[in-house]
Amino acid sequence: MASPVLEVRGLKKHFPVRQRLLGRGATWVKAVDGVDFAIHGGETLGLIGESGCGKTTTSKLILLQEVPTAGSIAFEGRDIADLAGAELMSYRRAVQVVFQDPFSSLSPRMRVRDIIAEPLEIHTPLTRAAIGERVAQVLALVGLEADVAALFPHEFSGGQRQRIAIARALATDTRLIVLDEPVSALDVSVRAQIINQLEHLQRTLGVSYLFIGHDLATVAHISHRIAVMYLGKIVESADSDSLCARPMHPYTQALFAAALPSHPDDPPAERTIAGEVPSALRVPPGCRFHPRCPSAMEVCSRVEPILQPREGGGEVACHLYPQPAPTERSRGA
Amino acid sequence: MLEVTDLRTHFFTFGGARVVKAVDGVSFRLREGETLGLVGESGSGKTTTCMSIVGLLPRAGRVVGGSVLFEGEDLTRKSQRELRRIRGRRIAMILQDPMASLNPLFTIFRQVAEPAFFHQHLRGRTLRERVRHLLESVRIPSPEWRMRDYPHQMSGGMRQRIVGAIALAGGPRLVIADEPTTNLDVTIQAQYLDLLKDIQRETGVALIFVTHNLGIVAKMCDRVAVMYAGKIIEQGPVRALFDDPKHPYTRALLGSVPKLGSKEPLYAIAGQPPNLADLPSGCAFHPRCPEAVPRCATEEPGDVHLAGGRVARCWLVSDGLTRS
Repeated sequence: MASPVLEVRGLKKHFPVRQRLLGRGATWVKAVDGVDFAIHGGETLGLIGESGCGKTTTSKLILLQEVPTAGSIAFEGRDIADLAGAELMSYRRAVQVVFQDPFSSLSPRMRVRDIIAEPLEIHTPLTRAAIGERVAQVLALVGLEADVAALFPHEFSGGQRQRIAIARALATDTRLIVLDEPVSALDVSVRAQIINQLEHLQRTLGVSYLFIGHDLATVAHISHRIAVMYLGKIVESADSDSLCARPMHPYTQALFAAALPSHPDDPPAERTIAGEVPSALRVPPGCRFHPRCPSAMEVCSRVEPILQPREGGGEVACHLYPQPAPTERSRGA
Repeated sequence: MLEVTDLRTHFFTFGGARVVKAVDGVSFRLREGETLGLVGESGSGKTTTCMSIVGLLPRAGRVVGGSVLFEGEDLTRKSQRELRRIRGRRIAMILQDPMASLNPLFTIFRQVAEPAFFHQHLRGRTLRERVRHLLESVRIPSPEWRMRDYPHQMSGGMRQRIVGAIALAGGPRLVIADEPTTNLDVTIQAQYLDLLKDIQRETGVALIFVTHNLGIVAKMCDRVAVMYAGKIIEQGPVRALFDDPKHPYTRALLGSVPKLGSKEPLYAIAGQPPNLADLPSGCAFHPRCPEAVPRCATEEPGDVHLAGGRVARCWLVSDGLTRS
């Protein structure tokens, strides 16, 4: 297989809280605590989890809005922490983002033309005329008429605004777009438009997506592969079809059980899990999920499971499945 | 127990120069212990319908026609004073954002006790016992302890359960839940929906569930009413509606939701929801409707009553009937 567009290895981000004098006695929120994944060209990786699981922090690390505590992010084989100058600019050009709420991600004081042209002005030596052409081009890509370029964002509906945000993300020669819950804020009837549009753009342009979401059905629909996050760690990852066919981690199973039926006659979920996501300040010892886990065993509260290849491809971190013999490294972490 | 007939609620702005018909001829019935799903996109009038039932419209809004019969009384003719004796006792509401429903300055005890204090005149130990019982029924762990807490000390899911306890405090016959789980995480949402179902089984309370999520309707509701641009365009028993949707909008809505494990392309509804101040002529859905015929642009379809308690508002449905 070709080398991945983006490869994340052992990524960690810890935020200090209650910092005392000289930084002593500080406690840490381990928002992202050792995450590995790769995204290949033209592929969508879905990152799913509940609020506070670290999916947005992960996206911020990729977008260079936060500096990792440990671990590396490699883009096309280069560690992005080492990038500077022209190379850094080319990374920023190649990786773009679309946020959840198109009402706050587009400046109300800029015309659509200027919103989409801004990355071009910063990142390309194009002339004004060429920029204008490119703006019309990307507007056409997302299904908007070229003459909307002169309008302001308030003149558009939510779905159209999200198209403008996607057009802006595509304006430079984008290789990877981080989609942070791009349809959650939209009307139901408009969501399908945007999802279809994103899928179509990927097929025609070969762009990769990191799709962050909490709605299992939506993420499973658009993603080739899915990584399930819980409290800063990936607990299971697999390609979308085999994950849906057989979720193995009890947390993934709980997410499927909590998913809403698409028909009243769908069999009701057997078990929904109790309890809530614990605070990231007090991560449970052993497996992070064990206090809520319906199949928790004695070992789960002591030893943290590590990701192991799972049946049907992918990986799962759970003691229900064979784990390597305990070594000092895997203990407690 | 609840019969809404031809309810019309309009908003008057600019001194009446501009009229927005937020709810325009809505009729439905709800039986004891039944759950009705009110489905629609933002701006379709589902929340305004509920606010009209309980008489909590904003200043610009007015019920200009129709009636709301609740246990034999017309709520649209009641004064605010009379309504205050009904709200919180016989009809309760659960709103979307629990942080906005709870007062951050009062303890949980004070807020859950309020309806029992005013409506049932409970005091002292009986009141305390009642609050403890209510918190238990919404599965708040160690209620004796938690009732001294303030809302900020609780998680989102717990806050929404507190709001549920307040809603149940007066022993209501009808609970209107307006997108109660939109702000909750998926596993917490599942817990909350299961809790509401259990409570309904125990108390026999009727529920109106306002949502844009058809999955919640499939899970929770007995009957469903689909709203578009201030009108109910289709209603009926939930199974029949999912199996055989009659209105093109209902069909499109069902086709646009991704199904777990299926990668089939989604059916995308063209265009945007209409602006209520400037509705299209004829059927409000016709500009987006894939099956529209010329008549749809000029004449507005009326309710067509079908077998099995189903109602649809579409020329295709009524023409199909006359033809066959």
